[in-house]
Amino acid sequence: MQITSPAFKANARQAMADADLQRALGNVERGFIEKRAKAVAKMPEFEELRDSARDIKNHTLAYLDLYLEAYETRVTEAGGKVHWAADAAEARNIILDICKSVEARRVTKGKSMISEEIELNPALEAAGHEVVETDLGEYIIQLRGEHPSHIIAPAVHVNKDQVEADFRRVHTNLPADRNLDEPETLLAEARGILREKFLSADVGITGANFLVAETGTSIIVTNEGNGDLTQILPRIHVVIASLEKIVPTLEDVSQILRVLARSATGQEFSVYTTLSTGPKHPGDPDGPEEYHVVLLDNGRSAMLGSEFEEMLRCIRCGACMNHCPVYHAVGGHAYGWVYPGPMGSVLTPSLVGVDKGGQLPNASTFCGRCESVCPMRIPLPKMMRHWREREFERHLSPATVRWGLGAWAFAAKRPRLYQFVTGLAARGMALAARNKGRFGWLPLAGGWTKYRDLPAPQGQTFQQMWAKRSRRA
Amino acid sequence: MSSRETILATIRRSLGANAGDRTRAATVASRLAEAPKGLIPARGQLPDDKRIQLFARMLEDVSATVERVADAGDVPQRLAKFLKGHNLPPQIVRGEDALLAGLPWDKAKTLEVKVGRADGSETVGLSRAFGGVAETGTLMLASGPENPTTVNFLPEVHVVAIRAEDIAGDYETVFARLRKAYGKGKMPRTFNLVTGASRSADIEQTLLLGAHGPRRLHVMIVG
Ligand code: SF4
Repeated sequence: MQITSPAFKANARQAMADADLQRALGNVERGFIEKRAKAVAKMPEFEELRDSARDIKNHTLAYLDLYLEAYETRVTEAGGKVHWAADAAEARNIILDICKSVEARRVTKGKSMISEEIELNPALEAAGHEVVETDLGEYIIQLRGEHPSHIIAPAVHVNKDQVEADFRRVHTNLPADRNLDEPETLLAEARGILREKFLSADVGITGANFLVAETGTSIIVTNEGNGDLTQILPRIHVVIASLEKIVPTLEDVSQILRVLARSATGQEFSVYTTLSTGPKHPGDPDGPEEYHVVLLDNGRSAMLGSEFEEMLRCIRCGACMNHCPVYHAVGGHAYGWVYPGPMGSVLTPSLVGVDKGGQLPNASTFCGRCESVCPMRIPLPKMMRHWREREFERHLSPATVRWGLGAWAFAAKRPRLYQFVTGLAARGMALAARNKGRFGWLPLAGGWTKYRDLPAPQGQTFQQMWAKRSRRA
Repeated sequence: MSSRETILATIRRSLGANAGDRTRAATVASRLAEAPKGLIPARGQLPDDKRIQLFARMLEDVSATVERVADAGDVPQRLAKFLKGHNLPPQIVRGEDALLAGLPWDKAKTLEVKVGRADGSETVGLSRAFGGVAETGTLMLASGPENPTTVNFLPEVHVVAIRAEDIAGDYETVFARLRKAYGKGKMPRTFNLVTGASRSADIEQTLLLGAHGPRRLHVMIVG
């Protein structure tokens, strides 16, 4: 997937002019926010559960190496195999080798953002395997040749009539005059087509919401049940998970599950939470014969101990993007890589580098809603600010920003000069605003005033007011 | 160095930790051994009757149907009646689970019972739940020689029998039972937490039942 994050501004402009997309995005703002609020209101202990979930992940990250080793031991005891992958290429090769070992014709997949991160599908297809995404949203965007625009609702940018057109284009063996007016008929058609694929797949690949060190278990959380059919029917079940998915015990995962669904879809609990441990046991009438876990690092181990460590608590619930005014305006694709919204703005530069992802932390109004709803209490705005600082230090900001901040820093270190210049500016600006109280345009600030008005200063600087207050006190 | 070693070394370096640190190892070992409980919400902590009522109510909130069958011996007839009432064929597939196998199936003469895994041709699957959680109306099903997982997912209609005494207030209580039944650190291959029938909201965020798994979930509380 080509990373277009550096072109965030151009992407955003394009997204805002896209009428279909804007219509679809209305569903995010209307649906998710209200549902989450209702679910949270029904659980009086919700805030304490958030604290508990945060503490569990903090503890786990502090001992990550040991929990990973304990987890691996349990997986092995259960008859499964853990494969460690330092980067995307290594993870892809491991999975390709597994598929090759059984000469897999058809590979079904449950929803996995890690699979997007390592660009698994094109690699599998190039090796001659048929790849079928089985989550309805993922299936739709696979037909469209697109990428997910939301981490839990991958096709949230697509409207119903677009789905109908895609189904008619691809499902050509069905009668052309069939009625596909209702979402129900679209779902029934996808169900029929995917049933065939489930039953004839050789390898099933799923992601994991959690890995449990105590038992060597991988957990997926879904509503459709597609992840289950993906893993119980084929001969081989491959789990692809990043290493921060680990939690110590079943008790710990119970705590985090209590905040996951409520934050994500506003459900009390997702329909299917499935715990998988090793291959099928002797005598089991169904289940996979082989169980593999591909444990991906891809830059995460280096985030530990940095100012971005807390991002590793993320459980991919999507609440931050559901509540983000920037996401509501531009959708997920504008962010230009796998992870959109506030969590993407923090994670993308960590994983692909600040040179490619460094523009994203600017896609924020710093309204703080993401942090206020994040079940894991991740300080997203603070981390976006860190990235902005880093980007500045590395001189990657556009020249005008750098020059402006440089001049400010020069003056700020010289209090007299600073007071003189800002005092002058405040008086000048007050005059220029001519009692309207705001500016529609300012020299050198066209980028700011193009989309919003700037309130005019009331004639005094902050420092002047502060001085006056102190005198009064 | 293998990727495993590289990754573990990077983690230790980032954390400023030493590979042989005994205190760290002891902290992790005791956490795994003791598995301390976190915060248990008050909602499910109820006396028996109230807990079972909450379990049923939470299930109904997610569009499942629930019936109480006081005498296990009545399950076959009640099941036949349920199928008839919903215009479903009188055929089911079930595993060899002791609770299900011990039922007087000859009492429901019209009912055709297939024993074993499901293959996708069956309309109705009958499973036995290992446990239930009143807090969210969640069923917990353990796979095993007598309990095929395919029965939970392939048929259009999923009927689950659960003994009233197996319904707990919270997930932690059932996990503790599971640990006792399978041994510490051991698990059935698949342990399904099921809360409602399969659904999707992927088309314009419209909620629809019956995405890939069962379109309907019916729960029989036995006892
Ligand atoms: S950052 Fe928080 S709110 Fe956003 S996806 Fe991760 S856990 Fe959810």
